[in-house]
Amino acid sequence: MSNDHSHSHEDDGASHSTLKGYMTGFVLAVVLTAIPFWLVMGKVFATSTVTAIVVLAFAAVQIVVHMVYFLHMNGKSEGGWTMLALLFTLVLVVITLSGSLWVMYHLNHNMMPSMHDMRNMP
Amino acid sequence: MTATTITSAAPRYYLTEEHHPQNGTLLGFWLYLMSDCLVFAALFAVYGVLGRNYAAGPTGAELFNLPLVAINTSLLLLSSITYGFAMLEMQRGKLRAVLVWLAITGLLGAGFIGLELYEFNHLIHEGAGPQRSAFLSAFFALVGTHGLHVSFGIVWLITLMFQLGKHGLTPPNKRRLMCLSMFWHFLDVVWIGVFSFVYLMGVLP
Repeated sequence: MSNDHSHSHEDDGASHSTLKGYMTGFVLAVVLTAIPFWLVMGKVFATSTVTAIVVLAFAAVQIVVHMVYFLHMNGKSEGGWTMLALLFTLVLVVITLSGSLWVMYHLNHNMMPSMHDMRNMP
Repeated sequence: MTATTITSAAPRYYLTEEHHPQNGTLLGFWLYLMSDCLVFAALFAVYGVLGRNYAAGPTGAELFNLPLVAINTSLLLLSSITYGFAMLEMQRGKLRAVLVWLAITGLLGAGFIGLELYEFNHLIHEGAGPQRSAFLSAFFALVGTHGLHVSFGIVWLITLMFQLGKHGLTPPNKRRLMCLSMFWHFLDVVWIGVFSFVYLMGVLP
């Protein structure tokens, strides 16, 4: 490997993975996956809303775990550009998701004829 | 004579050798993944809007088989960690071990796709195909796109195994392994959203 040395410093922006890191991430991911499945399949909470919020919270935490331990996200890799791209994407994703749900919820709310209107229809 | 002296003595204001080939590719691939993330965000938004429009057809609670989804989820999660092991062996420069872990990753991915195809086949035979209701259209679009990504990931993985077998752990091959690593872990991240938002929340009353 003649160019081994020249490439050794170019790898710096990328992953320096360790077995410990992967195993930590894996164990956390297993726990964070198992709990929501148990919550839903065991019907732990009485109301769906509570279950839904808890499941989404676990998903959010698990996504962060995967980002940190599997995708090796940090503020320093590639001089911070991956983190910047990720944050920008997250902003767009949040706008897309919450905007769509918000708009369509109000559209259904305002445009759907209520039962009262239906009864008065000719 | 003079011309050659001038050209040879002419100062170079730029580097002809690429200065950051690996970082450039990895950052570019990361940007691709972020754009892919937007594709999935749009599909998730579609599912969020249409996910409860059953058109008097079957609901998620009637259709989804959570034990099957749990097996699928564990297959994908296991494939993530086995890919991680392949990356660790790559850092140690052990080609054979890398190939073994890649093969295991590919088999786990194939198992995931197999179970997903079984589920889709089962749904379509029950009359719950994508044309049945807006809910099922959105479901097949979202889960199908993810499955398609995993399938292409497997094709890439097999191609890379042949490349590794032919050329060994060269710097370009290492770079490709890192890109596929990001792709594979990214698909697992998307799957977290799918099993939480679609399957687990879909069966809630």
